[in-house]
Amino acid sequence: MGLFGRALLILGLVVCIYGIGASLYGVRRRRPEWVDSGRRAVYALAGLMVIAFVLLEVAFQRNDFSFNVVAQTSSTTIPTFYKLTAPWSSQQGSLLLWVLLSSLWSSLVLFLTRRRLREIAPYATAVLLGMAGFFDALAVFAANPFAQTSNPPSNGAGLDPLLQHPSMMFHPPMLYSGYTLMAIPFAFGIGALISGRLGSDWIRDTRRFALAAWLFLGVGIVLGARWSYTELGWGGYWGWDAVENAALMPWLCVTAFIHSIQIQEKRGMLRVWNVSLILLAGTLAIFGTFLVRSGVLDSIHAFGASTLGVPFVVLLGVMISSSIGLILLRRNSLRSEHRIDSLLSREAMFLFQNLVLVAMVFVIFWITMFPLISEAITGTKVSVGPPAFTPFVVPLALILVALAGIGPLISWRRATAANLRRNFTFPVAFAVVTLIAVLALTGAGSKPFAVAMFVLGAFVIASVLQELYRGTSARRAITKDAWPLAFVSLVRRNRRRYGGYTAHLGIAVLLIGVAGSSSFQHSRDVTLRPGQSARVDGYTFRYVKPTAVALPSKVEFGAVLAVYHGRTHVTTLRTSRALYPSTDASDGIIGRFFDNTNADSTVGLRAGLTKDIWTVVSPNLTPLGGLITQGNQYFQAALNSASAKLAKMTTAQQNAALAPFWQARDIAVAGIVRRYATHPFPVEFLLIVSPLVSWIWIGAIIVALGGLIALWPVPRLVRRRTPRLDRVTLAPEPRERELV
Amino acid sequence: MEYVLVLAVLFGVVFVVTGPLRRPAGGSDAAGSALDGAAPTDVLELEAARDAKYRELLDVELDHQTGKLSDADFQAIDSSLRTEAIDILHELDQAMERGQ
Repeated sequence: MGLFGRALLILGLVVCIYGIGASLYGVRRRRPEWVDSGRRAVYALAGLMVIAFVLLEVAFQRNDFSFNVVAQTSSTTIPTFYKLTAPWSSQQGSLLLWVLLSSLWSSLVLFLTRRRLREIAPYATAVLLGMAGFFDALAVFAANPFAQTSNPPSNGAGLDPLLQHPSMMFHPPMLYSGYTLMAIPFAFGIGALISGRLGSDWIRDTRRFALAAWLFLGVGIVLGARWSYTELGWGGYWGWDAVENAALMPWLCVTAFIHSIQIQEKRGMLRVWNVSLILLAGTLAIFGTFLVRSGVLDSIHAFGASTLGVPFVVLLGVMISSSIGLILLRRNSLRSEHRIDSLLSREAMFLFQNLVLVAMVFVIFWITMFPLISEAITGTKVSVGPPAFTPFVVPLALILVALAGIGPLISWRRATAANLRRNFTFPVAFAVVTLIAVLALTGAGSKPFAVAMFVLGAFVIASVLQELYRGTSARRAITKDAWPLAFVSLVRRNRRRYGGYTAHLGIAVLLIGVAGSSSFQHSRDVTLRPGQSARVDGYTFRYVKPTAVALPSKVEFGAVLAVYHGRTHVTTLRTSRALYPSTDASDGIIGRFFDNTNADSTVGLRAGLTKDIWTVVSPNLTPLGGLITQGNQYFQAALNSASAKLAKMTTAQQNAALAPFWQARDIAVAGIVRRYATHPFPVEFLLIVSPLVSWIWIGAIIVALGGLIALWPVPRLVRRRTPRLDRVTLAPEPRERELV
Repeated sequence: MEYVLVLAVLFGVVFVVTGPLRRPAGGSDAAGSALDGAAPTDVLELEAARDAKYRELLDVELDHQTGKLSDADFQAIDSSLRTEAIDILHELDQAMERGQ
């Protein structure tokens, strides 16, 4: 099926090239049948990629190691669940996933807009096919997922243990969905610039895709953070890694975009800004992909060094130069129709928030790229770590949180001092009470940034709750419904507004969690023998006993710890480190089972609303070194002595003759593993007590809920194509009449 | 077998993609989607402007109901928005008449 798979990819590339030509010819020559044909090329591409991806999945499920990608990233011992996800753990498979998702989202948007945006959509089709074609071409010429070998191995190398985590099932598809969805407003933005149709209609039709990109990318980022926290064994959830930043930057840009397009829709303002933002977001999405795939910067998330860097640089060059060129070309048509009425208005807050977000993107970009910039200028790659980000990002984040609270309290167009007093009294009072409580009860005064985040977070929470209360009250005054019904009705009728407020609430909760956990975390690296204890932040961790398990696919060394607060038993933690057999022959017949480089950790975690108690074991295998060396020598000698006899046998005879040998080896491995559990070796632990980490995950769930509320389609009365009827609804009286 | 599959998919793709080109001249997947005049696009732009204006009216009304706008400010903004909305509707009428 390798030939069939590759043919599908090549056919997909041909379809992309044809679709670009047909769309451009159709729109330039005003030939709708060619435009339609170009759009159908996108549907056909989606169909081809679905078949191609199913082929690859089947190859993984059938353990077809004649496919190089299956042999490199799977094995017979991997659970079915992870075989499903294994395709995107490789460069080749993830490129195919990219084209698949891109073609599906493109098909969806082009189907929905098939009767709209007639002058913009053909150009957007060409851009979308161009981007999908680029990734397809990489899959065809540089990283073919259907490449096969004529001499397949009996088993594969296996999936990286770090990727065998539930988050990894969803994290990459979520990120790729975010990136590929971002291409849609990008493509329609380019289409609007080329066609000169710069009104708000393209924004109206692609807003939901921008919002979906924001939601998927955000969920992907948080799943990655969760994976980092529970799998990587360093105790953190965000390391300002280049690839993490590469996902965060477009997310921040789209966050700015989904706020500022509201100003364009309502007031015809910020056209240059909006189109620039979405072009920047689209470019940053490709830039992030470039970082992941080129290996230009070191990252645990990257695919490592590859030859794909140059094509990406070319693509980025084309995207940046064409974006700037088109904006300059249309600068006169992009002028605003109106000006902001007052600096005390929601428009002004949105604009300010946009500036802060873009400043944050600039800071993150600069620091992330600093190693490369320094290397280009001085010839030395200067590494910068997380501390380089904090002085810039934290103050900007504080301003952002403040604006997330102020925005909902200020009306569109203008606000008066009396209104501001009325709206700010409760949230400000709540923030002041929070400040007093934090200072009086927690002794957090030594961490001013964290205290500021707690106070501003409280301000946001209070402002959103006040808005929900007042909106529901207003709704009840009209409908006389019960509170819950009025609340649901309010949110249902104003999904964009209350979805946004919910997201603000979630961001406040999330950032309170970030401030608390990063400022007040207590951690210790300790070495303990069974029965010994260590104290961290008032908690006593007692190393109860070691554990050890030998399985066909791995050996696992662990520990059981009892945690006490005073004399009260709080929890029992179990942590372990699993070692997967290496394929390096130099490790020896026994030693390959104890290679610490191909390993993953299971953290011991007790998550709580106020505190997480976290630990990870780093087993010390040095005391087993002598046994392992002896085992290597013994089994190698046995194998060498039998080699002359084995050389005269057929493969089947060899397998039969060696079966007892491998059995003996497995028994030896199990014996060495058991020795770890029966002898009290000292073991290293990382012990962490971290407050408010759970708030991060809860906040993220609230943000996602807000995104879903805002994303959910609104039944619109205004879809009617009979404007004269709409006039009836514009009659100023009676006041209680509603438009939607 | 693989060659047969490749040919089958190739024929399928060609059939789907060239479908619109095999239709009588002027036909389209989307009724009335001919790129033969600016009017339909004008209508779409005006409809987008109208939708946005409706939303703005609703937002201002909700701002007033939740105490973010005084009565006087609300009356001024509301009547200005309604005037703008009616202007858009007039333009929409004219654009639709031009398109018919």
